Formats: sequence, structure tokens, C-alpha cells
Amino acid sequence: MAKMTLEELRKLREEQKKGLSRRDVENKDTQIIVGMGTCGIAAGAKETLNAFIQELEDSELNNVRVTQTGCMGLCYVEPTVEVIVPGMPDVIYGKVDADVARKIVRKHIINKALVNDHVYDKPAADIVEEGGAK
Amino acid sequence: MHRSICDFALDVIQNSIEAHSQLIVIDFNESDEDVVVFVADNGPGMSAEQLERVRDPFFTNGKKHAERKAGLGLPFLAQAIELSGGSFEIDSREGMGTSVKFRFSKADIDSPPVGNIESTFFAALTFPGDHEMVINRTDSTEVPPDSYSLTRSELSEACGDLETSGALILLKKYVHSLEAHSEKWPEEKANSLKN
Repeated sequence: MAKMTLEELRKLREEQKKGLSRRDVENKDTQIIVGMGTCGIAAGAKETLNAFIQELEDSELNNVRVTQTGCMGLCYVEPTVEVIVPGMPDVIYGKVDADVARKIVRKHIINKALVNDHVYDKPAADIVEEGGAK
Repeated sequence: MHRSICDFALDVIQNSIEAHSQLIVIDFNESDEDVVVFVADNGPGMSAEQLERVRDPFFTNGKKHAERKAGLGLPFLAQAIELSGGSFEIDSREGMGTSVKFRFSKADIDSPPVGNIESTFFAALTFPGDHEMVINRTDSTEVPPDSYSLTRSELSEACGDLETSGALILLKKYVHSLEAHSEKWPEEKANSLKN
């Protein structure tokens, strides 16, 4: 593989802009925040971040906000990830490895359903059943 | 405890970012013998007293997490270095900045593996903030040695807002192309150059 140049990178961006889809407009206020404190790094948060980007690319979602933050205070279930989707409760997911990250994109962001087994904080009380969110 | 040298490097880089440094320079040099990482920032720096306690896991300046009494990043690194016979240097001046340099020998069985350099640089470059970051990577395990630099402001200009998935997808491809660009040279050719 040849090294890409910055000029080639700019051209790729132009091509990407042409492919902006309806789904991209719908998801412009969606956010994924990956905890990248010492605890998150030790638990594999870099791989989690990578998996999110890969799945967003595979799902052709170019307009989701993806950021990092420090420790969210849930060190025992790292890697932790906060997901904010308009019209859904803000959720902090725990134990988010690469597989769970891909599942969060497909299920939570695209299909608007919670990934119940990994919800650790913040779902609205009225949607939580015993053992996880509905 | 971190699993790889890259994890330690990212933790140190993140300290610089969270200290609100405006400029962070990273040298990541790998050879057949060792891995040497240097991280320098122009952040607020530390007092002599704070610097003295930097290896103490039960000391923190309380700025990042006001309620906590532990700061594990640098103590983890110092401990791993101690176990594996590497070296660790930290220099800091209040109001001037901090620099950290550490070295792991590849020959020591207790040294952690190098880890995933690509995802480390990607995570470092995309941590939010308006700071500048320059990463200089040299890989002397290849013949001839390979090197490249990544400058956050240039990448942001080329890819777009580094908090948006479209830009991050492009950046990921770019870093991948730099880090995985070379098929290793044929062994015969490499050996002839070494001799």
C-alpha cells in the first residue's frame, strides 16, 4: 500500500461530500462519546473507538459526532461509552468491546433500540424493566 | 495496568491534553532494540513538590477529578519501567510545560508489547480540543528506516471537523496508509543493505 498524501486525502473528502445521504441528515445530532481515561485505555477503549469508526463507515454514516472524554466514573465496566440519539434516552453503555460497539451502531443508532445487556446508567426510569431497558 | 507501550504513550499524551496544553509534540521511535517515546507540552507544568510525588499513585493535584485521591497513569508507567529495566524521565516547570521520555527495551521479557500504533495516533489526534499536536514517528526496524509526521491542524483542514464520523473515517484511512504502507523489503535486499 502506498502512503496517502494530504492532497489525496482532500480529494477523498470531496468524494465523500457528494455521497451525503438522507441517513446522514437524520443523524446529525447523534453523538458517541468514548471514555478514554487511564481506566478506559487499560480496558481497550482504543479498540472500541476504532470499531465504532469502522462500523460507521460500513453503515455509511458520515455525520455522527464521535468524541472522547476522560473517566466517566464507571471504571469497573470500562470501556464506557455515552450515546446520545435525539428522541431516545441518553445512555451510558459499559463493557463496550469492539463487538458491542458495532452492535450499538446497528441497533441503537440505526434501529433506535437499546442494547439492553450493556446499559449501565441514565436510561429514563419509565423505560427500564427489571434486568435492563425494554 | 496497561497492556502495551502504546497504552502508556496514549495515557501520557492524554495528560497533556487534559492539562489544556496548546502544543503537544510526540516522538515515537522504534528500533530493533527498543521503543523510545517522548511527549512534550506547553501546559501549566508542575511545581517541584508535585513533580516529586508524580510516581505516587495516591497523589493527584485534584484538578481532573476533584473528589478523587488517586492518579494512576504515571505511577503505572514508572512501575512497568522499573519491572523491565527501561528508563523514565520527567521534567516540568510551572507555567512552562512538561516533558516525559520513556524507553522500553525489546529484549527484556517484562517489557510490554508495542501495541497498536495506528489506533494510538488516531485516538491521540482526535481527542477534543483546540490544541495543536505534532506526532513524529520513526521506525528503524525497517530497512531503510521509515518516518512520517502527523500535524493535527493540517489533518483537520484536509479531513474536516475531527469530531464528525466522516472526517474520522478519512483520518483512519490516512493513518493506516502511513503506518501500513510498506510491504517489508525482501529479506535478501535488507540484508545486503545491512552488510
